[in-house]
Order: sequence, then C-alpha cells, then structure tokens
Amino acid sequence: MATMTIGTKTLALDADGNLANMNDWSEDVARELAVQEGITELTPQHWAVINFMRQVFAKEGDSPSIRRLTKESGIDTKTLYQLFPKGPAKKAAKIAGLPKPKGCI
Amino acid sequence: MRNMLILGGGTAGTIMANKLSAALDAQEWQITVVDATERHYYQPGFLFVPFGIYRMRELVKPRRQYLPSGVKVIISGIDHIDPAKKSVTLANHAVLKYDYLIIATGADIHPEQTEGLMDEEWGRSKFDFYTPNGADRLAQFLKTWQGGKLVLNVAEMPIKCPVAPLEFLFLADSYFTKRGMRDKVELQLVTPLSGAFTKPTSSRVLGEFLERKGISVVPDFGLARVDSQEKKLVSWDENEVKYDVLVSIPTNMGDACIERSGIGNELNFVPTDKSTLLAEGMQDVFVLGDATNLPSSKAGSVAHFQSEVLFQNILEHIDGRPPMAHFDGHANCFIESGFDKGLLIDFNYTTEPLPGEFPLPGIGPFTLLGESRINHYGKLMFRWVYWNLLLRGMELPIESEMSMAGKRV
Repeated sequence: MATMTIGTKTLALDADGNLANMNDWSEDVARELAVQEGITELTPQHWAVINFMRQVFAKEGDSPSIRRLTKESGIDTKTLYQLFPKGPAKKAAKIAGLPKPKGCI
Repeated sequence: MRNMLILGGGTAGTIMANKLSAALDAQEWQITVVDATERHYYQPGFLFVPFGIYRMRELVKPRRQYLPSGVKVIISGIDHIDPAKKSVTLANHAVLKYDYLIIATGADIHPEQTEGLMDEEWGRSKFDFYTPNGADRLAQFLKTWQGGKLVLNVAEMPIKCPVAPLEFLFLADSYFTKRGMRDKVELQLVTPLSGAFTKPTSSRVLGEFLERKGISVVPDFGLARVDSQEKKLVSWDENEVKYDVLVSIPTNMGDACIERSGIGNELNFVPTDKSTLLAEGMQDVFVLGDATNLPSSKAGSVAHFQSEVLFQNILEHIDGRPPMAHFDGHANCFIESGFDKGLLIDFNYTTEPLPGEFPLPGIGPFTLLGESRINHYGKLMFRWVYWNLLLRGMELPIESEMSMAGKRV
C-alpha cells in the first residue's frame, strides 16, 4: 500500500492516492496534500470548500459533486476550477482527506 | 383496497409491476403504473442505431403489452409527489393516493444544462444517441459523412450506462474501418474522468483498448461551454478541444417531477438507502433504477438486480417486518468492442470489475474484462432476454448479489 510521510508520521493511502484513514487528516496534512496537487497556498476560499466537503461527507458518507458545490457553497464553477485546477471535486476531496467521490460508475 | 403506485413504466417499473402482480392478492391490492408515453424503448439498443446495426423501430414495443392485465396503466405526466399526504398529483391535476409508492421515473439527457450545446447546430454537427430522435439523426448523418474529427464528450457524471461512451467509440472504429475510411476519421474521447473509466483495473484495460484502436483520450475535462461557430469545446479552466462532429452525452438528470416535489438532489435524483432502497426521509416510499442517487451504475442490469432486493423488502415491509434484503450495488454490463467482439464486466459497490470467467469459474462461457466473440453474442441475445424474461420479472440465471466465483484478484 502506498504511503505519504508528513513530519515523522507515515500515513496510508488508498488505490486513488487519497488518505486511507480519514482520521489521519489534519490541517497540516491538508497543506501537504495540496502541495502534492500543485496548490502551494490554501486561501480562505480553499478552506471554505474543504470544510464544506468534510461537513457533507460526515453527514452523508460521500463527497458532493461539483454541481452541488456550486449550488450550496456559494462559489461558482469557474472559481472552483481556479482554486482546484482540473477536477475540483476530486482534488478538494483528496485535500480534505476524503476518498475519491463515488458518484460515477 | 390498498394502492401500490409505481411511477414510471420503464425497465425498473415494469419488472416491479410484474413481480408484485404475481405476489399480491388482487382482491386486496390495486397496482397502478403511471408513465408519460405509450412506448417502451429497449434503451441498450440505441447505441447500435447510429451504425445501422439496429433500426429504431426494431427497439420499441407498446408499454402496456409488458404490464400484467390486472395492473391499471395511466398515461400521463406527473406533476408532483406529496409524501406527507401520501399522494401523487398528475399533470392533469388528478390526485392518486397510495399506500406504497415506488419511484422509477428514470433519467434523461439535458443538453440545455450546458451553455451553447443546444442551438441550431444540434442535430447538424452536434448529436446525441441517448434519445430515439438523436440516434436516428446521427445514423442519417454518418451515412454520408466524408470524415474528419469526431469527438465523443461526456458533459458531466453520472450518466446512464457509463460504458456507452467507450462502446460508441469502439463501434465507430469498427464502422469506419469496414467502410474503408478509418484513415479519414480521427476519434477522440473527452471526459471529466481521469481516464477511460472510473475504477482502476477496468480503466487501465479499457484505456489500452482505446490506445490500440487509435482513439485518443482527453481526461479531466470539465465542460463549461460549447462554441458552435468555432466548433470547439471549452473547459472551465479554458482548455479547448476542436471537433468536426460532436457526439455529446449531455448532463443526465432525474425527472422534473422530483424537483417539483422537492425530494431530489442537485440532479433530481432521489436520496435512497443504498442497501434497502427505501427513500430517505419518506414513509412507505421506495426508489428503483436510474431515479436513485446511489453510487451504482445507471443501467438496466442494476434495475433488475435491485428489483429482486426491493421485491423482498416490500413484502417484508407490508408484513410489518424490517427490510432484510440488501442491495450490494451489483452491475453486469456487456461492452461492445467492435468487429463483432465484446467484453463483460461484473462488479458492485466495493469490488471493481476484475478479469476472469463468468458465470462459471474457468469455464465461462463469458470472459470478464477480456475480449471475446461470445460476449458480443451475449449482448445481442440480451435484447430477447430483455423483452421475454427480464421485463416479465422472470428468474434469470444470475444472482442479484455479486459473486466472486471466476474472478481473478
């Protein structure tokens, strides 16, 4: 199983490269995961999305889609793509310490 | 008299009407099915229409013919569901009361959800194959097309039949090769996914298939708008893909009555318990097939597997027992790979599609995640199975719960 190292801690990753254990997540881990995804600084807008993702996951067991992020987080789709280039839902879920969103297959 | 009301007479609704009609006492129960149209289409066949393999008129039957005689059929649109009053209001304002409600209203494409997708070029240089008209128009167009760049774009996930985009491209490769013009056609998949498919093993195997057939992939493409004048797709992060012909799989959404009832998510899919298929937050309401928000494929095979679970659970529920049957997300899909061959994948919520043999380990006859001629014939044979066994709620030799037998991990 793949792992990532942060400070002295080694954290397990799943097949998609997301945290295998959600409880390993912290804001420092988020910052490290963000760097790996090419996001050097997490702004308040980034955190708003990350926290929204974590709230939805805690309540519903899956991360929200981009469409729902746009509808409920108050941040429009274009901005979401600027904050989390390529795939906001996938990328924000990874940085938020959540598994890759299911809503696909 | 108690009322069992089924909204939608497609694959899921028809199977349930047949199963329940055989099990419930006709003296005690009135089963009613509501659907907007008289015609039942074999949707898995739409894929073949653009390539002249099937004609649309071969894929349609009268809806009532597949519903049992004791079932009341109402052809009408649905205005809204009122779970508090346990009633459904139809488009003509008639109100139907229910004791139990099964929502099987399906999913449809919504090209109007994407800026610039549905304009005067829709049906000329931009097509879909998820509707009877769309598939017919594309068949007409391809007959005389001289070649160029054909882009297959998936606007947004989830979509009905998530393997259909790949099958379309495999069949296109086969079609243009047979017509001696493959060298004049560029085929490209533009997808919001990170690869050919969603799960790691099948994404790799299917990705290799695309590569071998000379079909390129543009992954992670979140479609923002379509520019019909310049014939290009533009992503949210301002990347562009040019096309000569666009075959679009537009945003898929649940029925508008779900939105009017205020019981759906952002795509009008109904939040559903992934195991029992009870609607979340509603009394005596079940959801089946494409109408659910479940992380399982939106496909006929899934509706079929769900129907066996739901049938048991409804009978338990009527008897006042907690629902015991559990849906595991089982899906089973034949994938056309062109040149009269096909693949088969079999998976559930937690087990991704794996290579092997199906249903008998070491024997098959079908190969899992590998190409064979018999898989293709399995797919063609399925049309007969659909009309004659599946819709009628007959037992098929495949369990609703996924089996690991024959799969290689």
